[in-house]
Amino acid sequence: MDDGRGGKSAKIIMADKLVVKNLNAYFSQIHAVRDVSLEFEENRIAAIIGPSGCGKSTLVRCLNRMHEVVPGARATGEVLLDGNNIYDDDVDPVQVRRRIGMVFQKPTPFPTMSIEDNVAAGLTLNGVQISRAERDSVVERSLRQAALWDEVKDRLRRPGASLSGGQQQRLCVARALAVQPEVILMDEPCSALDPISTARIEELLLELKSAYTIVIVTHNMQQAARTSDKTAFMYTGNLVEYGATKQIFTNPTRRETEDYITGRFG
Amino acid sequence: MSELDSSVAERVTVVRRERAKPHVGVRLIGDRIFNVTTFSLALSILLLLAGLAIALIYDSFPAIRQFGLHFLVSTDWDPVNEQYGALPFIYGTFVSSFIALIVAVPLSLGVALCLSEMAPDWLGHRLGFLVDLLAAIPSVVYGLWAVFVMGPWLRDHVEPLLAKWFGFLPFFQGPKVAVGMLSAGMILAIMIIPYISSVCTDVFRVVPQSQREAALALGATKWEMVKTAVIPYGMTGVIGAIIVGLGRALGETIAVAMVIGNSAEISASLFKPAATLASVIANEFAEATSDMYVAALIELGLVLLIMCVALNVVARALVLGVQQRRYREMGR
Repeated sequence: MDDGRGGKSAKIIMADKLVVKNLNAYFSQIHAVRDVSLEFEENRIAAIIGPSGCGKSTLVRCLNRMHEVVPGARATGEVLLDGNNIYDDDVDPVQVRRRIGMVFQKPTPFPTMSIEDNVAAGLTLNGVQISRAERDSVVERSLRQAALWDEVKDRLRRPGASLSGGQQQRLCVARALAVQPEVILMDEPCSALDPISTARIEELLLELKSAYTIVIVTHNMQQAARTSDKTAFMYTGNLVEYGATKQIFTNPTRRETEDYITGRFG
Repeated sequence: MSELDSSVAERVTVVRRERAKPHVGVRLIGDRIFNVTTFSLALSILLLLAGLAIALIYDSFPAIRQFGLHFLVSTDWDPVNEQYGALPFIYGTFVSSFIALIVAVPLSLGVALCLSEMAPDWLGHRLGFLVDLLAAIPSVVYGLWAVFVMGPWLRDHVEPLLAKWFGFLPFFQGPKVAVGMLSAGMILAIMIIPYISSVCTDVFRVVPQSQREAALALGATKWEMVKTAVIPYGMTGVIGAIIVGLGRALGETIAVAMVIGNSAEISASLFKPAATLASVIANEFAEATSDMYVAALIELGLVLLIMCVALNVVARALVLGVQQRRYREMGR
């Protein structure tokens, strides 16, 4: 969609799945994200790193309009998904969230639902009707994509909460994948997990990359280095630096970035 | 080095012993007094309940001996001929409470969801306070309002409509009067709404925000979020709230006695006068002239007590069962 800003921006839009322009986010009086602009490429993993409270989670929650769910929270600026601003007045946040899925810090399976019901939870929303067979195939496909199928295929009717923490988190990934989003946002998906489960999730990210655009928030710098193609460093609500992961970790251009990745603060 | 260590250790022990010495006895006695007091207070509740049951059984014994179990299934309540049966009142109690639940549960859930999910915090808490205030209105005031306002309104506006649309059902046939089963059920509904909705509001408020966000992130609308994340998470609490309401409805006396019409008949029609265990005791106790009459009324009280206790036990078992099943499945 042409936004009247000339050929250059149109070209960027073609290449980028998600473009953030002058995004500001607030919690009542607190200015949590300050004038951030960056773009996320299709079929790539972008990591957002930074110390606690730097606004990285808030930024990622602005990308599928989850930020505004918190009372008193608001955001200004533009987030373009395939060139369309998801903050336009006529855009329904519900539709945005179906296209941009999210996995949270702590696993959040629905405790009263079985494993398969958890995966299928998003399928029948918004009045969608699907057949039993279709539902089963989506459940299997999503669980396979989330690398959980082999572990749970014999107990799909058991409660989702009966799984281990790492399995629960992969269940949440499967649940997010089931509605076939185009972008997946992950807000510190491994912070509550042990190293082995973390490794599983990281492998999973690399596998999912071919089909999805992924944005992952992490305060584990090794994780960002291992998994992402591009890395953004945020500090006190500002985007300090954004570039190829290799460059950020080996040859950062900004002093704050270097101090952070070398462990001088944060 | 080790010498130093041992001397330090020795000094510490001495200090500790010194510190402990003067207080030990006092503390033990204090603890004991505290234990005995709290324990006997807790025990007194049990004794109270037992005493109540024993007194009811003792005072109703003439009726128990005379009518036996037949008392529970007999529909004959005829004080003139000294014939007493509790079935009309058991029936009335159940039916009026059932009507109350049918009306009150959806309304209360709506109120609770509005307060916890839709209204902004400042408004939700103020409205919640107002709803709680409804519970503070004395039942006799509800009863008066039901007699003079709600009953006639039901008779003139609601009962004709029910008869028109659902008149083929036996429940909605017969003369339309202001006092009767429907009036009693409706006033009970209004009286238990604050209890159910206030418990449900609390239940919904403790649903973790992460559950709501998980649903929203899947592309759920607000209602779908409530349906997938909020209500299932709070289901045990909601059942508990409904049981609190049912307990209130079963035992509510004066408002029901004022509007139910006090007739010891079992009739399918909800428009007709009826009576509950509580209402018949309230209405007839003052005029119970014979010993058997008094004993029969007391036995009704005993039946009511057993019903309420049984309901609570069943309800608790139900809620515990749901929880345990969930934990067991989690453990596997």
